[in-house]
Amino acid sequence: MALEAEVWSDIKPIPLDDGPDPLAPIAYDAEYSEAMGYFRAISQRDERSERALKLTERIVEYNPAHYTIWHYRQQILFSLNKNLNEELDFVKEQIESNPKNYQLWHHRQVLVEKLMDASCELPFINEILNDDAKNYHAWTYRQWIIRTFNLWENELDFVNKLLDKDVRNNSAWNQRYFTLFFNPTKPTEEFLTQEIEYVIEKIKMAPNNISPWNYIKGIIAKSNKDIGILEELCKEIEKQDIISPHAIGCLVDIYESRARKGSATDKEEGIRICTLLAEKHDAIRKKYWEYRKVILTSL
Amino acid sequence: MGILSGSRKLEELFTNTDALPTESSKAQTDTEVSVYELFKDARDKKLINTIKLNRGSHIKYVKDGLKGLPSYLVALDASKPWLCFWMLYSLDILGDELSQDLVKKGISTITKLQNPTGGFGGGPGQISHAAATYAAVNALATIGTKEAYDLIDRETLYNWFLKLKREDGSFVMHEGGEVDVRGAYCVLSAATLTNLVTPELTAGTAEWIKRCQNYDGGIGGEPGIEGHGGYTFCGLAAMEIMGKTDLLDIPLLLRWATSLQMQLEGGFQGRPNKLVDGCYSFWVGGLFPLLEAIMTRNLPEKDVEQSNSEVSKYIAQSLFDREALQEYILIACQSPKGGLIDKPKRGADHYHTCYCLSGLSTAQHHVIYDFERAKGKDLDSGARSLLWKDDVTNRIVLGDPNNLINSTHPIHNVALPNVRKMIEHFYGERNF
Repeated sequence: MALEAEVWSDIKPIPLDDGPDPLAPIAYDAEYSEAMGYFRAISQRDERSERALKLTERIVEYNPAHYTIWHYRQQILFSLNKNLNEELDFVKEQIESNPKNYQLWHHRQVLVEKLMDASCELPFINEILNDDAKNYHAWTYRQWIIRTFNLWENELDFVNKLLDKDVRNNSAWNQRYFTLFFNPTKPTEEFLTQEIEYVIEKIKMAPNNISPWNYIKGIIAKSNKDIGILEELCKEIEKQDIISPHAIGCLVDIYESRARKGSATDKEEGIRICTLLAEKHDAIRKKYWEYRKVILTSL
Repeated sequence: MGILSGSRKLEELFTNTDALPTESSKAQTDTEVSVYELFKDARDKKLINTIKLNRGSHIKYVKDGLKGLPSYLVALDASKPWLCFWMLYSLDILGDELSQDLVKKGISTITKLQNPTGGFGGGPGQISHAAATYAAVNALATIGTKEAYDLIDRETLYNWFLKLKREDGSFVMHEGGEVDVRGAYCVLSAATLTNLVTPELTAGTAEWIKRCQNYDGGIGGEPGIEGHGGYTFCGLAAMEIMGKTDLLDIPLLLRWATSLQMQLEGGFQGRPNKLVDGCYSFWVGGLFPLLEAIMTRNLPEKDVEQSNSEVSKYIAQSLFDREALQEYILIACQSPKGGLIDKPKRGADHYHTCYCLSGLSTAQHHVIYDFERAKGKDLDSGARSLLWKDDVTNRIVLGDPNNLINSTHPIHNVALPNVRKMIEHFYGERNF
């Protein structure tokens, strides 16, 4: 689709100046080169107009990572007092076709910051996470929305649903931690006790799933509890003849914490299971477990 | 160690899904099957000791790219310095000396990216960007001539760096742009190479990065965000530049990093329960030389000198499986047409070529921090970057012995001698 000639008749496009013999030149489509030529000309005189706005739209459709164009587009939008809700619809479509692009998500954030209205945001993010529940950009933006607009209330329910769907979704476990500990209202002792029970149930469903193991150790450390409370769980998994390097690794942590307080039997047991992990159950991490063994030995 | 020569049968290495398949575990199993098939073939044909890095075809792939790229790569039109860095670095690390012609073109290409207001943009006339500037400085370091160094306008660069800084110590990627840990790393790495690190530039940054470390030990893009291989590299390297790694929980970070090496694939994932990807060979594999140096530094003096030499001995070796990572890169990440890839069945691109090779270099070489020479000296960031050296007694080259490529710098990811040359240019002759 060529640019309308009469709209641009007063502008002399400025060609790309990338030197006499540039490295890795891109074989641009003629229309992109033309649009960029006009862009160079109008940005030089800082023109903020309807046609400039259309031009930026054309360029980002070619290259949504063109951060300079987005930055310019924002200035045009604000100068012309454009309806930013329409722009939200535009960027929504863009994100739907390029969900892993820094510039698009940032553009949306700039708009919402200006509008100070997040009413459409969570449903929109949900839609994106529905396609890819681990989209890093979507989660980053979601945390900004929740924090900025104080939308903590239903977040735990949302996380619960995602974990019911895929208990291995590490992004959802991370969001759980965010919901509990970045919320200005801190979790009560009673809540934390229930939370630990919830995670233990999730671990039992799939003991080889690393995410809830990391999470439970994280909340234990955060709330200054003793990691020994996980011993029963680890032993129960062992008794069912389930081999889980995470369960055995957790026992290493437990024994090490006791060995540091002087327990010789825990030290011995810790060394024994480090060997088991290094030689048998987690051989890819052989050096790591041997290192943990040496630490235990030195205590 | 390694996968094919390891103690366990290949067939035993599939992830145990605990009879509860979910979207994550299904994708994981599919990936394992595709890598398994390649590994099984290599095992059956006993290729492990002869497997080759297709150096010639990778060099050709890069050189073709330097000549020109197809129209669909317009999506990289705001990443020109990256293209220059990925390609020139790949040639350099593969041992293909840059021709005079490439040096000349490289300098003229990057000259056009610098803005009079400081920093480099993603293309001519584009506003300056922290990642573009990092890539431009690394490309110039790789070119490695006085003319290349001197094209950098350090005064405007420094002033622009300060404009990116926010009150909480973090950096935006460009004026009006997003904030994340990449900003801090890109600014500080470029500032180290050009002798622009000052207390003014780093004030509050270490404290901000500390807030980005997660409950599992990984570092996320911002406080609260999930730990991620790329951001963790940026965060840890930035802390090392500032000499502030003490603020991080290093044992937890070590555990997180080791947990990301895949037991069947041998490569790294970027986050727990995500899929292996060749680029994390560097972003995660590259954490280990840094961790090793930090952990050695943190050992109590008495442990090093007396009884606990066992501990220091164990720290003084890379705490990941260097053979397994090379198996993944060499068997599963080489495109038959040249260039390297994310995972089997994907096509090559210049980003993955650069970072698979950086990862391969990190697995082959043992690059260590020279504590002997550091002793008793007051060291700035530039001096600390000079103290990394290639420990030639601890090389591991999987397959054909000719697979050895050049060593890379654990902080800047530029070939070691090129970092030295650039730092000596901007700081003056150094006695290290």
